[in-house]
Amino acid sequence: MTIITRRQALIGGLAGGGLLLSGCSKILQADALTESASFPRVLAAAQAWTRSTQRLLLGRGAMAQEFGPSDISSHFKANGTYNPGGEWYDRQVAQRFANWQLQIDGLVAHPLTLSVAELRRLPSRSQITRHDCVEGWSAIGGWTGVPLALLLHAADVRPSARFVVLYCADNLDGEPSKGGEQRPGQYYESIALEDAMHPQTLIAYAMNGKPLDVPHGAPLRLRVERQLGYKQAKYIRRIQLVNSFGAIAGGHGGYWEDLGYDWYAGI
Amino acid sequence: MLIERTAGAVAAKRRDARVEPAREVIHRHAWPVRVTHWINALTLFILVGSGLNILNAHPRLYWGQKGSDFDPPFITLHAWPDWLTIPSYTDLADARHWHFFFAWVLVANAAVYLLWSFASRHIQRDLWPTRADLRAIPRSIRDHLALRHPTGEAAKRYNVLQRLAYLGLLTLVFGMVVTGLAMSPGLDAFAPWLVRALGGRQSARTLHFLFASSIVLFIAVHLTEVVLAGAINEVRSMITGRYTVPRGRP
Repeated sequence: MTIITRRQALIGGLAGGGLLLSGCSKILQADALTESASFPRVLAAAQAWTRSTQRLLLGRGAMAQEFGPSDISSHFKANGTYNPGGEWYDRQVAQRFANWQLQIDGLVAHPLTLSVAELRRLPSRSQITRHDCVEGWSAIGGWTGVPLALLLHAADVRPSARFVVLYCADNLDGEPSKGGEQRPGQYYESIALEDAMHPQTLIAYAMNGKPLDVPHGAPLRLRVERQLGYKQAKYIRRIQLVNSFGAIAGGHGGYWEDLGYDWYAGI
Repeated sequence: MLIERTAGAVAAKRRDARVEPAREVIHRHAWPVRVTHWINALTLFILVGSGLNILNAHPRLYWGQKGSDFDPPFITLHAWPDWLTIPSYTDLADARHWHFFFAWVLVANAAVYLLWSFASRHIQRDLWPTRADLRAIPRSIRDHLALRHPTGEAAKRYNVLQRLAYLGLLTLVFGMVVTGLAMSPGLDAFAPWLVRALGGRQSARTLHFLFASSIVLFIAVHLTEVVLAGAINEVRSMITGRYTVPRGRP
């Protein structure tokens, strides 16, 4: 009895170990499934379940936790673009963004163009919040900016608008922005109108009491606190209201979304 | 001399076989236990593999609300090898799709299991240890260490270490779901008290890893015990429900 058991144990152990060493993904054909046409659509169904559940639980008003000044990270990690670079952006930096224009257009009754100085004169909100990167790390920072809701009210959003698209000056694929239209590789993001109207959603121009620095998105970045870091678009130049983002760039609503990341990014 | 003795033993065994009753086969596992067991096994396998792929994006763990490259880590890990991760190549986006889909499967499967198990009194009857069970813990530990497995009547019920291990797994799965949700910036707005109770978002992430490691340890011990207790009989009982009750040594 004991001998058989030990032999079984040995065979079982070797078989199990061998199977595992051949690769966890290989056993499941996980790589082939991930690259197949239909299986990613099965997996993607979970994104809608998560988004609907979060909508149900959070509603419009639930606020992201806010912290005290002593909680602020001594070094807030910058990620993605550290400096958009290029002649055009470098000139903006040299001019201290005096000629930076934020354009608000699309499905609005009154398109707006605002300078950074004009934004600074509008009512502002300050908040100390935690930034959660999709990679897993978190940093706490203090942000000051104009509530996006205020700008959208001023622009008078049309009822058909469903999403807010943010166009940025940084290009992660290499070619720096020349200040013109959206180009391949240029960062962009989109959020739902109801998240844009949330009281903690800001077009931020200051971080920890100082004007936003270049690694953190100077002169303007988004704070949409109930979502992951890649939604917090930096170097914002244009805000467009749309009813679908399917025709913009890769069609998935953002630079990282076009590379396969979840659009809602609430988890 | 040795041969003679062996031959004698074989003859004695044959005599015993004639007088012993037929092998006793019982129905050990109800179908909801069997179905949810295998869904759970597949799901945990995928969640661990895709979880390690996700962890490879930033293999440092912290304690508190915040933590990044500039903060002292609580645990520093190395990148996990491709043969362990799902998919095998490092891709945070794809790994997250696998992870969150199967996280939903895990929750749905656990909900079905728990509803059935409470309603049928499986948990109360088969998993919750009795006072006698608790008193028998030292003996059960000695039996397990000596690789002595229960036979006859005692093999028809879960022993106390089994009960505690299965209840422990249920607790760990609950802990995985809670710590997983606590990492969500969305859920944090819904239940900031939960995140604070866990020590912060980065603590929740660290606990998520430690609970997952405990589940992997459970699986290793579980598989070892299955093999030691008779792999074919044990696995068959979890597929068909039929279990041959082990007899005591003659």
